[in-house]
Amino acid sequence: MLTAKHITCRIGSKVLLDDVSVNFEAGKLNLIIGPNGAGKSTLVKVICNQIRPHDPGSVFYGDKNIASASIKELACIRSVLSQNIELAFPLTVTEVVMMGRYPHFTGKPEHKDLVACDEAMKFFDVSDLAGRNYMTLSGGEKQRVQFARVISQIWFPVAGSCRYLILDEPLTFLDVHYQFDFMHKLMTLLKNDDMVVVGVVHDLNLAARFADKIVLLNEGKVLACGNKHEVLSKENIKTAYRLEPVIHYENNEMYLFFS
Amino acid sequence: MGKPGNHYTGTTSFLLVLLIIFVLLSMCYGAVNISMDEIFSAFGKWLNDSENMTLNERIFMEIRFPRTLLCVFVGATLAVGGVLLQALFRNPIVEPGLVGTSSGAAFGAALYFVLGGVFKYNAGEWTLPFAACSGGVISTALVFFLSRSRQTGKSSIVALLLTGIAINALFLSGVGFLSYIARDPQARSITFWNLGTLSGANWHSVIITGTTTVICILVALQYAKHLNALMIGEDEAQYLGINIKRLKFTVLLINVFMVAIATAFVGVISFVGLIVPHLLRIINGSDNRFLIRNGALLGAILLSVADLTARMLLKPAELPIGIVTSVIGVPVFILLLRRKNYFF
Repeated sequence: MLTAKHITCRIGSKVLLDDVSVNFEAGKLNLIIGPNGAGKSTLVKVICNQIRPHDPGSVFYGDKNIASASIKELACIRSVLSQNIELAFPLTVTEVVMMGRYPHFTGKPEHKDLVACDEAMKFFDVSDLAGRNYMTLSGGEKQRVQFARVISQIWFPVAGSCRYLILDEPLTFLDVHYQFDFMHKLMTLLKNDDMVVVGVVHDLNLAARFADKIVLLNEGKVLACGNKHEVLSKENIKTAYRLEPVIHYENNEMYLFFS
Repeated sequence: MGKPGNHYTGTTSFLLVLLIIFVLLSMCYGAVNISMDEIFSAFGKWLNDSENMTLNERIFMEIRFPRTLLCVFVGATLAVGGVLLQALFRNPIVEPGLVGTSSGAAFGAALYFVLGGVFKYNAGEWTLPFAACSGGVISTALVFFLSRSRQTGKSSIVALLLTGIAINALFLSGVGFLSYIARDPQARSITFWNLGTLSGANWHSVIITGTTTVICILVALQYAKHLNALMIGEDEAQYLGINIKRLKFTVLLINVFMVAIATAFVGVISFVGLIVPHLLRIINGSDNRFLIRNGALLGAILLSVADLTARMLLKPAELPIGIVTSVIGVPVFILLLRRKNYFF
């Protein structure tokens, strides 16, 4: 379980997050949605310990306050996919994926690191790209390599702790096929009941289709939080996005249209 | 592109053999040619009775051998400095001088050449290294201090880079001014020093440079993995468990220390720090563990070749080594860059 309590962030006089409290459960798909500038990325950075919230805000992984955890300690149980990762120098795909194992070994990778790296690459279908120069890959291929890197970091369960996977807009650069493919793979990962997944997405229909819990942020505050029926109401969406949706149900699935 | 494992070891062995060959050549050839027999007997006499050395043996022990060793250490230092800074700044155009170290050192040296006679206190043969080293440390500290953001107290890589360029320009114009007001022999010393020279090598400089080089490279190797992680970005490296603040500080410190000391003894030698990391990336990819280890070897080889050329070309006169590194380095570098599988 990941809990964020009373998170407030300001830069100068601009309020990015205003007393946000949310919790994300293990084994569930938690998605954060909201219009541009709503504070999604800031919230992600706060729960990754990249930005410290103002007092008395705090973030807990299980019962551990992350403000008192070391950078290395966190890296062993939590991995993060950021937006737009650019490599400074040419590296092979294997070398990039192996970075995910960096928190777990000093010096040379051990057997379990090689296994994690290999299995993560198989899981995201990038084994064929292993020897390729990362810089020559297409946007979608790069993104899948990054998935493999991020998941290899927390490939094995950790004694006494959940594993935390935090994804900031993971679906950018992916075509529809790979968007669905990725979401299905996330569902597979979530069969591990020690896996806490938090993602930011823009596609409301994907959120409706896959999310167990949706947090709708607007102007730095939680506008709604709960299952898709509670959050994706006409009123909420109109308030957040200033567009009125048409909501359509078919075979128990919910679809949103905008015109 | 990078093939892991055995391939790396292969490159290291190859470079090691090459280095030994060039070290031997460098010991034998120069203004005076010294045979292997004389070298062995010089070592023998050095251990037993150093009084009875012949002229050639004495030249070898007191001039040639220290020079060869200094060349190896300085080459290694410059190349590893280049590897470290390119990795730290995530930027392929960076070389060790970029954070102001060598321009500051050059300014310190120029100040010594022009004003040295004015000061009463003179530390003898240590004055020039001391002046250069202080210059290097002051300019680097200035870059570091001025690039700190007033709001956050952090210095971003881009701010560091830009401040470095500005401070470099400032100190180099200082060097220009000093050469302008200098009398002829002083101006000549400044020019020669700015183009680098190993002719001042002696056992003092070898021991000091050697110790710092070895220590700094050993420390740098401990940070290779951290620098690899930095390739995917600062935030990402932090998510991988790396303390970025400490990494930046340590790597910059290693670089300043190594480069300021090397520059203090041999002057400004350009280009080695820029090309060595690229040459190695073309051979084996960008893994910093590989780059640091083999960078030290390749830097030493390159500088040995350059020094040999500088000594042999206009024998018995000598060219500034910086000219040779550029003349040999540039065409090789451009040729390799134009290979189509090396691009960013």
